[in-house]
Amino acid sequence: MSADGRAETSTLLRVSDLRTWYPIRRGLMRRQSGWVQAVTDVSFEIAPGQTFALVGESGCGKTTVGRSILRLETPLRGEVHFEGRDLLKLEPEAMRRARQHLQIIFQDPMASLDPRMRIRDQIAEGMKSFGIGASESERLERVRVMLERVQLDPETMDRYPHEFSGGQRQRICIARALAVEPRLIVCDESVSALDVSIQAQILNLLRELQDELGLSYLFITHDLSVVRYLAHQVAVMYLGKIVEQGPTERIFEAPAHPYTKALLAAIPSVDPERRGAAPRVLGDVPSPSDPPPGCHFHTRCEFVMDRCRAQVPPLFEIEGGRSRCFLAEDSDPSRSVAQNAPKSV
Amino acid sequence: MSALLEVRNLRTVFPGESGPLPVVDDISFSLARGEVLALVGESGSGKSMTALSILRLVPKPGQVVSGEVRLAGEDLLRLPVTKMRRIRGARIAMIFQEPMTCLNPVVSVGAQVMEAIRLHDSINKIDARARTRELFVEVGIPDPDARLDAYPHHLSGGLKQRVMIAMALSMRPEVLIADEPTTALDVTVQSQILALLRRLQSDRGTAILLITHDLGIVNELADRVAVMYAGRLVEVAERKALLSEPLHPYTQGLLRSIPSRSRPGEPLPEIPGVVPPPHQWPAGCRFSTRCPIRFEPCAEVFPEQIRPAEGRRVWCHDVERSMRREGPA
Amino acid sequence: MMGLEAYVFSNIMTAALLAGAWLLVRVVRRQRLWREAAQQLWGRRKLAIIIVGIYLLIGLLDSVAWKGGVPEDSVGVLPNAPLTLIDRVFLGTLEASYSAPFAAVEFYGAMPLQRPGSHLFGTDILGRDVLYLSLKGARVALLIGGLTSLIAIPLALVFGVGAGYFGGRFDDFVFFLISTLASMPGLLLLIALIMAMGRDTLSVCVALGVTSWVGFCRLSRAETLKLRELDYVSAARALGVSELGIIVRHILPNLAHLIVITFVLMFSGLVLSEVVLSWLGIGVDGSWGQMIDGARNELSREPIIWWNIAAAGSALFGLILAVNIVGDGIRDVLDPRTRKSLS
Repeated sequence: MSADGRAETSTLLRVSDLRTWYPIRRGLMRRQSGWVQAVTDVSFEIAPGQTFALVGESGCGKTTVGRSILRLETPLRGEVHFEGRDLLKLEPEAMRRARQHLQIIFQDPMASLDPRMRIRDQIAEGMKSFGIGASESERLERVRVMLERVQLDPETMDRYPHEFSGGQRQRICIARALAVEPRLIVCDESVSALDVSIQAQILNLLRELQDELGLSYLFITHDLSVVRYLAHQVAVMYLGKIVEQGPTERIFEAPAHPYTKALLAAIPSVDPERRGAAPRVLGDVPSPSDPPPGCHFHTRCEFVMDRCRAQVPPLFEIEGGRSRCFLAEDSDPSRSVAQNAPKSV
Repeated sequence: MSALLEVRNLRTVFPGESGPLPVVDDISFSLARGEVLALVGESGSGKSMTALSILRLVPKPGQVVSGEVRLAGEDLLRLPVTKMRRIRGARIAMIFQEPMTCLNPVVSVGAQVMEAIRLHDSINKIDARARTRELFVEVGIPDPDARLDAYPHHLSGGLKQRVMIAMALSMRPEVLIADEPTTALDVTVQSQILALLRRLQSDRGTAILLITHDLGIVNELADRVAVMYAGRLVEVAERKALLSEPLHPYTQGLLRSIPSRSRPGEPLPEIPGVVPPPHQWPAGCRFSTRCPIRFEPCAEVFPEQIRPAEGRRVWCHDVERSMRREGPA
Repeated sequence: MMGLEAYVFSNIMTAALLAGAWLLVRVVRRQRLWREAAQQLWGRRKLAIIIVGIYLLIGLLDSVAWKGGVPEDSVGVLPNAPLTLIDRVFLGTLEASYSAPFAAVEFYGAMPLQRPGSHLFGTDILGRDVLYLSLKGARVALLIGGLTSLIAIPLALVFGVGAGYFGGRFDDFVFFLISTLASMPGLLLLIALIMAMGRDTLSVCVALGVTSWVGFCRLSRAETLKLRELDYVSAARALGVSELGIIVRHILPNLAHLIVITFVLMFSGLVLSEVVLSWLGIGVDGSWGQMIDGARNELSREPIIWWNIAAAGSALFGLILAVNIVGDGIRDVLDPRTRKSLS
């Protein structure tokens, strides 16, 4: 992998300029009065066998990115190249078939399982629709194998979801996704609803599966500590845009964007010698239907400058990734020519 | 510092198929004036139910069956209901995890705080409104005058939680019970709310019983920590001691399984298995089914309370055995 | 019904119904969730279930008719008419006119009866045994409640689930349809339909069905809207299940508890509606409603003739009460909120 973190080998998933906005309709005539700018101009790549983390707080659009890639939401524009094809341009039937290699695991393990179906039927459902397993008994055998792989007792396959604990249900969801032989799994806050001790189990399982099967993950979460353990690449999102991206260690050791810095500083540490850090952001997250002009983050930024209020910063290249901040402009090699001349020191 | 709130042998049961299940089982701890005690545990540990038991708000069909809860000497469990109601909100206040569900969506937030004030204090509406406005300023709500008339759905999660805190502190309670106050909030907002609670606590000297599963929050706010597992206490210690030198295997396991504490590339240390449901609790130590150092007596005999050091309590056969060999720490 | 005599058609329908019921039982037995629910229901509402079962049995016995086997001298019966089991049990119990329960003589005129002391509920103005009439009314009531629900509920599901799941223009259309129907006075619409289609049982059932599907349509639409957003629906889509597959495998089974509860509760409402229709003169022949309506005049006689209305009223009350109790029990057992979960 090159120094700036972008894969030089073949790319499994390439997202380009993804934009998912929802129209806001008001009034009797349901006229459109604006947009909820959930995801704006997001681009990134994921290589095979890699974990890419999408991090941010509520309203940042990370879940919408995950769902847009799977076309569970409808993007306004952009491209999602998976296995060589642009998913957004596929016909419904072709999309349905493409879904086999692109699976998703949701946050709430209870809501992700149909309460009225036995778990064996739910794990087998994907197999049936993609034609995996020639007969009922073959599929059953595969269900058994899947359950063992996620460390659940295959004898429990006739039970219903409510008879399992939260962690076990999440394992069932993982088994269900694995059953169709995916290449990339979108993990949408998949461990956020679990207790810390169960979280560790699930994270270890995901790691093992990645090593064993060469899976890629798009790991969506608000919990930066989980990211550090699992991800190779991290992208931080704020109000629909990627504000910083880079290899995991660089993000944690040397965050460039003020929001990333604030996010890291906000994580309460368990080190008994470290406590009482003052919060580095003021105020609350603005609404995605009415984002601030210029740089979306300027209303809460401790380094805000005048130009931040008026101009929208592009993603600048920096050492070890990209940052959407005018503070990074000077270190962007491609900008140095244009910027150096008129500036007075 | 004298103990302001003393909980002794508190037991709360829920009816089960084969007999009553003690979801809060023989819990004892004390909270001194101005102190922050964190009650830590995962789901099913009984920590929230402990808080509700203190306030006698246990939902039916559960009930508190034995023990004492003494507030400045007076046993709350034995008070008549009318007296208890006067204490709730005025001397002991509580804030909950989900500010969304605790605020009435059709009443303005200002009115709700005023209602809480006027329940306990017979002042007129104008004075109540002024006091509410002062509270809003104190909890850091920007533009307080406008916000007095705002409705809950106009406010973000962080602001709603600030309103809840304002409501809870309006009568200057001696004890504040905070049940997972920041779990539903974003992490940047969480750090603001934690800073707010820290400031309010030092300004007003309110004692806080903080209920959480997040050891990071414990480190930020707490003076002392009590760890619960499956309805029982397993370890009680002062914050630094617990975080740097945990004695109980469960506490150790919890600390180890926090992802930020591990090195990327190695598997996360995990606690295998799941918390057993109440009807499957072993006769002995409830953690024995998952404990890495379980030995003979663990599953059969419940460990007695041990005091390995000043201010520390542990319930573990292994710690007991090491102490007998080496003497108290 | 072309070329088939009415009773043959009825026999075939009854057989089909029994086959359908047997299939349903097999499905319930296979799924543990439903099996346990059924067992729980039986445990809690035994008596009511037994009572409903008795009514069902009576209705069944009155549903299968065949010709022949009638003694030559039977009064009031055509020799080649198709008769049901109930008809045959009560063959030869015809009197001349009114008689009180267990009486030996006629009510007016004190003429001796053919079968003195054997009429449990007396006889009506035409001398027919009132118990016999009440028993026959059971089948009519079950048809009105059951058949109509079987018309109304699928209708409501198609529109409701379709509107809730697909939204857009179909939703707008259904909304328009519902609003229009709901704005019309139901009773008048019903009367108009019955006048147009005829007064036979099937037409009345269809008319009732068409005017009572709106409520459940709204309910199923609302529930579908909620279910559609759940993660397991998105998961199914991600697993490559087609939209129709999702509706059949995930939405409908999770509406099943609502369907069952609605069916049971609709039943009683419909039977009671028919009583009103009878009072207006457009009810179904042989129903309890008709008996009650016909008995109106008799109440003003001196001395009162009460057994007619008492029998019909009690039979009606018994069925409705039992069905409602069972329905309540079903709701407790199936509603995910009141059900005891194992977690």
